[in-house]
Amino acid sequence: MLEPHRSPLGSLTLIAIVIAAGAAAFAYTAGWFSPERLTPTRLVAALAPPTGPALGHRRNHAKGICFTGVFEANGAGAELSKAQVFARGQYPALGRFNLGTPHPDAADATVRIRGFGIRIATPDGKEWRSAMIDAPVFPVSTPRGFYELLIASGSKDPNAMKNFVAAHPEFAPFGDWAKNAPWTDSYAEDRFNSLNSFVFVDNAGAEHVVRWSLLPAAQPVSISPDDLAKRGPDFLEQDIAQRVASAPQRWTMAVTVANPGDPIADPSKAWPTDRRTVEVGTLIVQKIEAEQDGPCREINFDPTVLPTGIQVSDDPFPAARSAAYTRSYDLRTAEAKDYPRTATGTKP
Amino acid sequence: MIRFTPLQRLLHWLMAIGILAMLFIGVGMVSTTMPKYLPLVAVHKSLGIAILVLALIRLAVRLRYGAPALPADLPEPMKLAAQLSHYALYALMIGMPLLGWAMLSAAAYPVVVFGGIYLPQILPQSDSLHTWLWDAHFYLAFAFFALVLMHVAAALFHALIRRDGVFEAMAPVSVSTQDELVPAE
Repeated sequence: MLEPHRSPLGSLTLIAIVIAAGAAAFAYTAGWFSPERLTPTRLVAALAPPTGPALGHRRNHAKGICFTGVFEANGAGAELSKAQVFARGQYPALGRFNLGTPHPDAADATVRIRGFGIRIATPDGKEWRSAMIDAPVFPVSTPRGFYELLIASGSKDPNAMKNFVAAHPEFAPFGDWAKNAPWTDSYAEDRFNSLNSFVFVDNAGAEHVVRWSLLPAAQPVSISPDDLAKRGPDFLEQDIAQRVASAPQRWTMAVTVANPGDPIADPSKAWPTDRRTVEVGTLIVQKIEAEQDGPCREINFDPTVLPTGIQVSDDPFPAARSAAYTRSYDLRTAEAKDYPRTATGTKP
Repeated sequence: MIRFTPLQRLLHWLMAIGILAMLFIGVGMVSTTMPKYLPLVAVHKSLGIAILVLALIRLAVRLRYGAPALPADLPEPMKLAAQLSHYALYALMIGMPLLGWAMLSAAAYPVVVFGGIYLPQILPQSDSLHTWLWDAHFYLAFAFFALVLMHVAAALFHALIRRDGVFEAMAPVSVSTQDELVPAE
């Protein structure tokens, strides 16, 4: 198979070509020749404000406060998913109320989107992590669209947002909500939605495409952003700490099942309101702790950390979110010295 | 001509495929936000554990059966380079999966392999440990790939230029060279 009289020069050239081709394939796979590829690095960099990211903090939803509590499953979810978290019982929960902003010290009244990150642990060693927001729909259909939204909203071009909206008609329902929906005066009064769809797998192996929401037990009280501003820049954190100190705060977890043909891969599209909804339990927040030394700080609320019985669907966002959240986590943990803990006896 | 045992050759070529796939999956997954990100990460973890197990088996087999001696006329610097690079390859084959596993543990992520096997957390959550492990895993991956390229270059150098039987000792099947004909097994 070898040529009997190959010259050393020819062989050396062949070796050089093999090595160069290997290195080039590796560089291509790593994206070094693809400046257009939407990498987690580019997506997360686009979240940063013009002044640069807040070092040591989450790159988005940077302002937040930790809670601990329980998820009390009523057993009704077991017909949709075999995950232990839906078997009747109480499971420890850890989470974070937050604001959708890259500024950890943003004033509450300046942030339209509120979020709710949660991790529920079950005795079988599995975890369910989720990060929800209070908007009823997501602004865009694809991760690429989200990147374009970030670029447009950060652009100095006065027409950037107008052009973005023209190119993304799916933005309209979110835009309408952001502009016209009433604000509440407490995290405890907000409804939080998964927006992304996931697949529940039941004991028989049947799959159900679902979205879920947390419905507040507290009656929503509307407040204008101006009046919210008058209560102070950190009113929401003070309020939730006070409410939880006087009584546990509750949300009902409602799981909505898609019908065939519903837009399961597009979180910018709401499903029709008559879809079957199962109340699977109650999330009870029992204790509030500041983030700086709190238990939620070290948790990445990666929505793809799922127990057996819950899977990702055709919705492209959970994968993109997982990639971006991981990038954010890698950055902020490397910058921990810029956001030092204060409690004595806590490891840096 | 003395060759590696068939078991050693089988392990070598299986792991060659696995490690190359691992390195490409690694740099590919961290540079994408597409839905393929999730299966790539899942395969990366499972393949990493498989490589760890195979590497430990391979180390035991190597200690038991040894390796054919390098040609007596191979210059000393090349012998040294061969030995050091093999130590480094073994260290990386065993070390990289452990670094990855430890890195996930230090980030408080569940470590799930082969579609549902939960591995124990081998470290508590720690920002500083996670950062150190992440850096080590990241930079050593590029060192690993560079070492693999050097290994391939050296193998081809032995096969095509020196034709000294070193390549044939690990070749998956018998290769006849210009100078000698190795009987098939």
